[in-house]
Amino acid sequence: MDLAAILVIEVLSGIAGLALISIGLAVIFGMMRVINLAHGEFLMLGGYAAIVATNHGVNIWIAMLVVAPLVVGVIGMIAERAIIRFLYGRMIDTLLATWGLSLFFIGLVTTIFGTSVAGIRAPLGSVAIGRYSISVYRLVLIVVAAAILAVIFVVLRRTRLGLIARGTMENPDMAAALGVSPPRVYAMTFGIGAALSGLAGGLLAPISGVLPTVGAAYVAKAFITVISGGTAILAGTAAAAGLFGSVNQLLTYFTTPVIGEAGLLAAAILLLRVLPHGITGRWFRGSL
Amino acid sequence: MIRRLPHPGIAATTAAMVAVALAVPRVVDEFELLQLTVFAALCILALSLGVVWGYGGILCFGQSAFFGLGAYAYAVTAINLGESTGAVVLAVVVPALFAASLGYFMFYGRLSDVYLGVITLSVTLIFFNLMNSTAGDAYRIGKARLNGFNGMPSLPTLNLPGDPGRVLDPTEMFYLVMALLVIVYLGLHALMASHFGRVVIAIRENETRCELLGYDVRLHKLLIFTLGGGIAGLAGCLFANWGAFVSPTVFSLAMTSQIIIWVIVGGLGTLLGPIIGCLIMQYLTTMFGTQQIANTNLIFGVIFLVFVLLVPRGLVPTLARLGARAFGPPRARDVT
Repeated sequence: MDLAAILVIEVLSGIAGLALISIGLAVIFGMMRVINLAHGEFLMLGGYAAIVATNHGVNIWIAMLVVAPLVVGVIGMIAERAIIRFLYGRMIDTLLATWGLSLFFIGLVTTIFGTSVAGIRAPLGSVAIGRYSISVYRLVLIVVAAAILAVIFVVLRRTRLGLIARGTMENPDMAAALGVSPPRVYAMTFGIGAALSGLAGGLLAPISGVLPTVGAAYVAKAFITVISGGTAILAGTAAAAGLFGSVNQLLTYFTTPVIGEAGLLAAAILLLRVLPHGITGRWFRGSL
Repeated sequence: MIRRLPHPGIAATTAAMVAVALAVPRVVDEFELLQLTVFAALCILALSLGVVWGYGGILCFGQSAFFGLGAYAYAVTAINLGESTGAVVLAVVVPALFAASLGYFMFYGRLSDVYLGVITLSVTLIFFNLMNSTAGDAYRIGKARLNGFNGMPSLPTLNLPGDPGRVLDPTEMFYLVMALLVIVYLGLHALMASHFGRVVIAIRENETRCELLGYDVRLHKLLIFTLGGGIAGLAGCLFANWGAFVSPTVFSLAMTSQIIIWVIVGGLGTLLGPIIGCLIMQYLTTMFGTQQIANTNLIFGVIFLVFVLLVPRGLVPTLARLGARAFGPPRARDVT
C-alpha cells in the first residue's frame, strides 16, 4: 500500500517535472511556431537567478517564483527584439539562431560562474508515508505545475490579453488592422514563454542543482514532450507529459534512470511514427 | 544546364588536397602532423553533414550520434578482436544501420524538417547520457569495458588488414586519412552528379513536385541519410584511432554544434564549404583553446548568430557569388 502510494507520487512528480520544463517551450512553439533551442538555457538561467538571489538573502520562495521568471522573461524579450524578430517565418533559421544563442549563454555563464555545480537546499524537509519518506517539496512541485497549467488556461481563454495574443498568432494582419501591434504581442509572448521557462528552472534548481550545461539535460525531454503533444499548447503538453512521465518513472523505478530515459525516447519515436502530428493532432482537436 | 560546381573547381580542390597530403609530412613535425590528421578526419565528418543537409535538405542535429557510434563500434570491436579490419567495417556499418532505422521512423512517419532536427538532437543527447552512465564492470561488451564518462583508453590502432602486428605509424595514418578524405569528396561529387544525386537535390528544392513526378521521396531521403550516417561513422573510427581513445564527449552537444557550425560557416549546398568551415573553426578552436582568451562556446555562439543573421549562405557560396560579380560576365551573376 505504501509502495503503491510512493509509486503514484513518483509518477505524478515525473509528469509534473516534464510539464514544468516543457510549458515555456510549448507557449513559444505553440503560439509563435518558433523552435527555441535556447530553451534549456532559459531553464539554466532561471536556476542561476534563483540561486544567486537566494544566496544574497532573498527569501527562497520569492527567488524561485518571482526573481527567476522576471530575470529570464526580460532576457527572453531582449533576445526576441535583438535576434528572433528578424527571422520570423524562417523556421530553420530561427532554430539555428536560437542554437547560437544557447551556446552563447552557456559560454557566458561558464565565464561568470565557472563549471561547478551550484545548488540550494530544497525547502520544507520531508514527510513519512508508511516506511518511506518523501520530500514535501516534490509534492509542492506537483501542485505548482498543475496551478501553472490552470493559470495559462484561464489567461488564454478568459482574458483580453489572451484573446489578443491568440488573435495575433492566428492572423497578424487582421490584428494590426484592429489596432493591435503584432511586434509587441510577439515580444510579449516570447517573454512570457521565457519567463515560464525561468520559473521552471528556478523551481527545479533545488532538486537537480545547476551548472552551465544543465540545459542539455532538459532540452531533449522538453522538445519530445512538446512535439509529441502536437498543436494544442495545454492539452498537448499535459497529455504528452502524462504519457512520457509515466513511462519514464515506471521504467526508472523497475530498472535504471538511463533505461527510463531511453524508454521515453523510444516511446516518443514510436508515437510520432503513428501520430506524426502529435497527440492533439488526432485527439482533443481544437482544445487549447 | 547549370552545374552547381564547375569541374575545374573540383579538380583544383582535389589537387590541393593531394598536394597537402604529399607535402605536409615532409615539412611539419609530428605534433602538427597529428593535428592535421584529426583536422582531416573531422573534414570527413563535415562532408557527411554537408551532403545530408546541404544536398539532401535534411537538417540533422544528430550527426555526432553517428560519429560517436562509429568511434565506439570501432573501439569495442578492435578491443575484442585485437585487429582493426573488422572493426573499421563495423564502424561504418553500425552507424549506417542505426541511421537507416532512425531514418525509417522519421521519413516514413513524414516528419517535417524542424521535427527531424529536434528528434536527431534528442537522440544524440540521450546517447550522451547513456554512454556517460556506463561506468563500472557491469557494462562491458565482450572484453571491452565501456567505462562511462572516463572513456575507453589505449585502443588498438589501425593495422594492415590481416596483420595485427603491423600497426600504421603517424605518417601512414595521415596518408590514409587524406586519401579517405579525397575519396569521400570525389565520391560524393560523383554521386551528386548521378541520377540519384539529382533526384536528391530535386527533393530538397521541391518535395511535393518530386513526389508527384513519381519519385520515392522517402526512400531517397532514407538512403542519403544512411549514407551520411556511414560516412560520419568512418570519421568517428578515424577520430578514435587518432587519440587511441574514445569518450562520451563524441556525443556531446558541443560536438554536434561544431558540425553544424562548420557547414553553416562554409556554406550549404557545396562540398568544399564544409571542409573550409571545418578547417577555419578547428583552427580557431585550437587557437582559443591554447590562449584562453574567451570561452569557446561564447565565441561559437556569436559566430553562429552572425552567420545565420548576416551571411546565411555561408562563406564559399557568398565568395563565389562575389567573385562571379567582380570577374564574370553579367550572366554568371546568379550562378554559384
